[in-house]
Amino acid sequence: MSENTKNKAEPLFSYKNKKLITNPIGKENPITIQVLGICSVLAVTVQLRPSLVLAIAVVAVMGISNVVISLIRNITPPRIRIIVQLTVIASLVIIVDEVLKAAMYDVSRQLAIFVGLIITNCIIMGRLEGFALYNKPWPSFLDGIGNASGYGAVLIAVGFIRELFGSGTLMGQQVIPEFLYNIGYVDNGLFILPPMAMIAVGVMIWVQRTRDPELIDVS
Amino acid sequence: MEELVNIFVRSVFIDNLVLAYYLGMCSYLAVSRTVQTSVGLGFAVIFVLGITVPINYLIDNYLLSRGALAWLGPRFAEVDLSFLTFIVFIAIIASMVQLVEMIIEKFSPTLYNSLGIFLPLIAVNCAILGASLFMQERNYANIAEATSFGLGSGVGWFLAIVGIAAIREKIRYSNVPAPLRGLGITFIITGLMGIAFMSFMGIEL
Repeated sequence: MSENTKNKAEPLFSYKNKKLITNPIGKENPITIQVLGICSVLAVTVQLRPSLVLAIAVVAVMGISNVVISLIRNITPPRIRIIVQLTVIASLVIIVDEVLKAAMYDVSRQLAIFVGLIITNCIIMGRLEGFALYNKPWPSFLDGIGNASGYGAVLIAVGFIRELFGSGTLMGQQVIPEFLYNIGYVDNGLFILPPMAMIAVGVMIWVQRTRDPELIDVS
Repeated sequence: MEELVNIFVRSVFIDNLVLAYYLGMCSYLAVSRTVQTSVGLGFAVIFVLGITVPINYLIDNYLLSRGALAWLGPRFAEVDLSFLTFIVFIAIIASMVQLVEMIIEKFSPTLYNSLGIFLPLIAVNCAILGASLFMQERNYANIAEATSFGLGSGVGWFLAIVGIAAIREKIRYSNVPAPLRGLGITFIITGLMGIAFMSFMGIEL
C-alpha cells in the first residue's frame, strides 16, 4: 500500500532513497562516525561466523522495526514513545532469538547474551528516534537496512581480520597454507583477546579518516 | 559473606563490564570527555545496576524461569515463561531509569543538566541489560549474591569511565595524528586499558 503511493510520488530507488542506503555504509557509518552500537562489535567478532549471523540479525530487526515504528508514528503519543520503541524491538529480538535457537543452535550458544543485547543496541533506537519517527515507511525501511548494513560491514570486517590473523581460519576453514606454518609463521594470539577488537576498530577509524579528511574530529 | 566479597571483587576487576565485555560503550565513549560528567554518569550506573539486577533476579526466579511459578500451585509447576525475559527485563530497566531521572532532577539540577540526554540513554545502555542477562546466565544462588554482582559491575563501569575520562583530559595536550584524534585514539586507549585489566584474570578467588 505504502509502496504504491510512494511509486506515484517518486521512483522507489530515487537518488535520495539510494543515498539512504549508501551513506551509512561509508560517510555516516554508524560505528566509525556516529559511534553508536559499539558493544556487540567488540564481543562477538572473534570469528567470522557469529559476526555474520549477528549482522544479519541486526539488519532484520532494524529494517522491520523501522517500518513498524514508521507505520504507527502518527498514533504514538510522544510521551511513551521510548517504551513503545523498546517493546517493538524487544518483540522482534525475541523472534530472532527463537529462530536462532531452532535453526543454528551452536551459533546461538556462541552469541549468548549478545542476541538479547540487540535490544539495547543504540543504533536501532537512534534511527527510530532520528528517522522512522518522522518519515514514511519505505524510506524508513531503506534507512534501517542502510544503517544496519553499515554496522554489519564493520562487524564482518573486524570478524574477518580477527579470525584470519588470530587463528588462521575463515568460517572455521583453514586458509593460511600449511607450509607457512612450517617456515615459522605463528598465529597472533593477541587477536583472539577482546582488547584487540577495540584496537582494530581504532585503526579502521584512522584509515577511514586519513582517506577522507573532512571527517576528522576537531575536538 | 566471603562469597559476596568474592563476587564483588570479581565483577569489579576480572569481569569488568567495559574492559572485559565491552558493554555500555556508547555512553562510555560519548560522556568521557571530562571527569566531572563521567563521575555523574558512573554513579547513575552504579545506582541503576544496584536496583535493577536484584529486581530482575526476583522476577526471573519467581516468575519467568522454568518451574518458577510453582508457588502458585502444582498446575503452574511446568510453565516456562523464559522467552519473555528480554521484554520484561527491559521494561523494568526503563521504568527504573525514569525513576532515577526524576530523583536526580529533584535533588541535583546541575548534575541533571550536565548529564543531559545521556540519562534517558542509560535505559538503552547495554551494560544495564547485559548485567541482568549475565546474572541470569550465571545462576547466582540468592538475592544477596545478585545484588553484590550488580553493585560490583556498576563500580567496575564507574572506574573504567573515570579512568578513560582522566586520560582523555590529558591527551588533549598531546600531539596525536589528526585522523586519529578524538574517537580513534579513544578506541585504542580503551584497548590498551583492556589488555592491562586482563592481567587480573590470573587471580584466583
